[in-house]
This record gives sequence, structure tokens and C-alpha cells, in this order.
Amino acid sequence: MRVAENLNAALHELMAAEDDLYLLGEDVADPYGGAFKITRGLSTRFPGRVLSTPISENAITGVAAGLALAGDAAIVEIMFGDFAALAFDQLLNFAAKSVSMYGSRVPMRMVVRCPVGGGRGYGPTHSQSLQKHFVGIPDLALYEVSPFHDNLAVFTEMLERARPCVLFEDKVLYTRPMHAVPEPFSLAIENGVARIFLDERPDCVVVAPGGSAPMVLAAMRSLLLEEEIACTLLVPSRLYPFDVELPDTRRVFVVEESTAGGTWGAEVAHLIHQRHWGRLAGPVTLVHSADSVIPTAAHLEESVLVSERAVHRVIMETLRG
Amino acid sequence: MIDADLSRMLVIRAFERTLLDLYGRGLLNGTTHTCLGQEYVPVAMEGLLDPADHVFSNHRGHGHYLARFDDPEGLLAEIMGREGAVCAGVGGSQHIRRDRYLSTGVQGESLPVAAGVALHLKRVEPGRLACAYIGDGTFGEGAVYEALNLAALWSLPLLVVVENNGIAQSTPTGEHLAGTIAGRAAAFGLPHELVEGADVDDIRTRLAPLVSGVREGRPAVVEFVTHRLGPHSKGDDTRPAHALGVDWRDKYASPLLDRLEAAAVARIEAVAADVIARPLSRWEA
Repeated sequence: MRVAENLNAALHELMAAEDDLYLLGEDVADPYGGAFKITRGLSTRFPGRVLSTPISENAITGVAAGLALAGDAAIVEIMFGDFAALAFDQLLNFAAKSVSMYGSRVPMRMVVRCPVGGGRGYGPTHSQSLQKHFVGIPDLALYEVSPFHDNLAVFTEMLERARPCVLFEDKVLYTRPMHAVPEPFSLAIENGVARIFLDERPDCVVVAPGGSAPMVLAAMRSLLLEEEIACTLLVPSRLYPFDVELPDTRRVFVVEESTAGGTWGAEVAHLIHQRHWGRLAGPVTLVHSADSVIPTAAHLEESVLVSERAVHRVIMETLRG
Repeated sequence: MIDADLSRMLVIRAFERTLLDLYGRGLLNGTTHTCLGQEYVPVAMEGLLDPADHVFSNHRGHGHYLARFDDPEGLLAEIMGREGAVCAGVGGSQHIRRDRYLSTGVQGESLPVAAGVALHLKRVEPGRLACAYIGDGTFGEGAVYEALNLAALWSLPLLVVVENNGIAQSTPTGEHLAGTIAGRAAAFGLPHELVEGADVDDIRTRLAPLVSGVREGRPAVVEFVTHRLGPHSKGDDTRPAHALGVDWRDKYASPLLDRLEAAAVARIEAVAADVIARPLSRWEA
């Protein structure tokens, strides 16, 4: 099953199981089924609860918050995650704050889905990875789709948190298969974190969210075959608040597609430094895209975005000194 | 007008005057926006609303709260961060939630949320409505138009009450609003009712059919031409005294009003003395 099909199946199951759950977004209704076809079939099966909306990211996020306030649950699809900037006020100043600013806990069951990332030539306003812009907002949790986490479980967890969540979906994952791990690596899921590992003790640990995971895996494979460097990859489902049990290691890397400056990886590194500084051989190494807009032309886009080659090079250079 | 309505208006006025006095004495934290002059708007509206309707208020919301809940103690405790605060002192003047009442401090932000609640009501509690109070200045915000568009498209039971007091903080309406509020409602095909007087009974009679329509899924905009007699927040009124507008109190001047006002002032004085003596509020994040 591909990631897009897994997402679609998860939404079908959720809508069938919870009759107070709404899904809102631009062009989500059939026969179109959303720009990336993630909502295909839902409006036909659940009329009245799956609503195609005007081009109004701010309003539909606010509507979701209103539904959540009234006791319902809502999932919003932002067509391209970049446009979540238009919904920022509703997320930062209303939905997240409402959880606690009225003095007692207000449950807010809502998820804002954001297709993100480059590699497809959509250009500067349709290719960003916006995760870092939402890090550190009280009561707002950030998740990212990965090929190793079943989306029904992820959605269920997000709605059960009863706090607003943003789910980032790297567009390049949609057509990739679920649960595929290259030989000779193995996969295990522990406390919501996918661990992809070899039998031997790793030379380093790489933390990367779902969208970057396939690229990191490819680099890990070439590092193993060409350099005999053994890496363990950790893929968290929840990016913020972040918590991960680090395997025994002296070298840690964080890989993400966000552009340089105030990255999610910096937050992860800070947490790892606080907790594990004594046993590390050096600071956590951050690998990310350049400090740049995301260009449209393929060769320019490639020069900005983090790549398998860069991951391979940085890990090799760091470990080999 | 019945005494209860007049009395409620005077309690709101006494409350607001007391707040400004407490500020002047350095007893309050932060800022507050009083509704002096506009007290009759929520009092008139509450006569048309049901406790099961949702009310969304804004930065200038004390009157909205007090017209709905006769609870000056809880509101003052909230603003002063004292025991008995409606929201433990976290929300303060602008961020209050109680039952089906909610206020928040960003202009226009509540309209999409109110539309979401109206969507819920339409499906689960037909006949109930969401009423959102906004000011003329809020018409500068895009959220207003996104929400009006959705409400009209989806036939949501959303009632937008505009308190047009002719000024947005310090900027007169003529300098921040092109066209008219009626024209903007018309652009979305929404009914618009302009209310110019302050006669509570008359207002209710005029608005009753419109509010019934909202309950049946015909969203509407009601625009009150009103007057903010006090500053925007504390001491920031740049207008000359003659530009403040008409006070409803003058229209109702009578021995009865004097008696009711004395009672309202005495009540709020007692509330303030009580709340000031309370211990600080406690909150666990």
C-alpha cells in the first residue's frame, strides 16, 4: 500500500467510526478528491461532513476550531502546506491558546493537514517545509507522516490529545510504499518512533522526520556499502513536543528538509544536548536545506534542498574527522 | 422599557466606571476596553437570544458578558486576578469563556470560529444560533469576509452584530472603511439591519424577525450606530468632548433612573470592595 492510500483509508475509517468528525478543505469533494487525491471518495460517502470550502485557509481553520469548541472534531486540508501561513492566526492565537487561556482545559479536537516539501518543481510558494515555523507554540502539537507509521493510529492519537495538531505530509511520500525498508536494515516501532537499524552497534544515530527518511535510508545504505559506516535511523511521528529515547551512541545527526535558520533540528539538538551531552563525542550535527527560497527549475531546486549526497557526505566527514 | 433592562444597563455602566477608577488608582494590571455608551446594545440583544445560543465577544466585551450573566463579581475577579475569577485570571478582560459565551482579543478572529459553531448547531441543534459581536474597525480584517462568505454559502445560523461607534481606537470610520457596512453585507447577499436608536423595546421589536430568520439558516448583519463615550482603552481618547455622541442615559433621565443608578453604583462599589479583598487567583497550566 502506498502512503497516499494509507492516508485515504485512515480518513475513511475515521469518518465512519466518528459521526461528529468533519473534514474541510479546498476542492476536497468528489470527483476531484483533493489536489493530491487524499480525500477521494469521502464526500460521496459522508455528505454534509466532508465539505469543499472557498479559498479561505484562515476561515476553514477557524471553522474547525468552532466545531472543536462545540464538541465535534475536524480535520482541515490545506491544499499546499505553504498556505498554512494564512491560517497562522487561527492556530497560534485561537485554537492552541483556547486549550488553556480560559483557565481550565478546553478540549480542541482538530488536525490541520499540510502537504509540504519540494522536489517536484512547484516553486517558492508551493514547496516549503514549514514545520519550524510552528515549533514551540503552547498546546499545539506537530506530527509528520512517515512511511513507517500507520496513519489511522496517528490520526487517532492526534484526536485523542484533544489539542490542535498540525500534520505535515511530505508530498514526495504520497507515491511511496508503506513500511519499505532496504536490505539489510530492520524496522521496529517503539513509543511512536520508527527505528531502522542493523544488528551491530551503530556508529551514529540519525534523527529524521518521515519526509526525509527515504533519502536518509538511501544514504545509510551507501555509507554501509561504501564506507562500512553503520547508522541507526529514528523517525518520530510527533515532532513537537519532541521526546525520543536515544540508543547508546556518541554521534547524532538530525536531517530535515527545512531551510537553514531556527530549524526543528536545532530544537532536537538542544534537547539531546541537555540530556546526553556527557556521552556524545561532539555536538549534534544538523543537516538541512540551504538558507534560500525553493527555486522552481530542477537544477536550482536540487542545489537548495537537502540531498542524499549531502547526508552521505556530512556523516562521512563528521565520523572520519 | 422595563426596569430590569435599564437596571442592567446601569450596572454595566457602573462596572465600567469602576474599572477606570481602579486603573487610575493603579490597582489593575494591563489594559481594558470599556463599553461606556454602548451598554444598551447587548442588553437589547440578550432579550432576543436564548441561553442555548452561542455568543462570541471581543476586546470590548464586559457589557456582552454582564448582559448575559449577571456576574460582576466573577468578571471583576477575572480582570483583577482574584479568587472567583471566571477563567482563573488567565484570560483577563479580553479572553473569557463561560457556558456558551466566549471572547477573544484578536479583531475578526472569532467570526470563522462562530461560523464553525453555527455549522455544528445547524446539524445538531437546529434553531440555535451563534451571535458574534464586532466593531466597525474589524471590517478591515480579511477573516470577516471569509466568514461572511462561508456563512452565506452554507446558510449558517450566524448573526453578526456590529457595534459601529464611529471610531477604531483613534481612527474615525471615514478613514478606515471604504463604502459601507450595509454594502459589504449586500455583497454577500446577506440581510442588513441598521439600528440607530437606543430604545431597547423598539430594537427588539425591529430585530425579532431578522433573528428568527437567522435561526432558520439565513445569516444576517445587524449594525448599531452607537457611541463610545469613554476612551478606547484607558486614557487614550483624542476626540474633543463634543464629538463623543449621544448618551442613551440622557434619553431615559428620570427619578427612576436616578434611583436605579444609585443602586447599581452601590452594588458595584460593594463588588469591588469584596473582590479587592480576595486572595489572588490560582491556576495550574
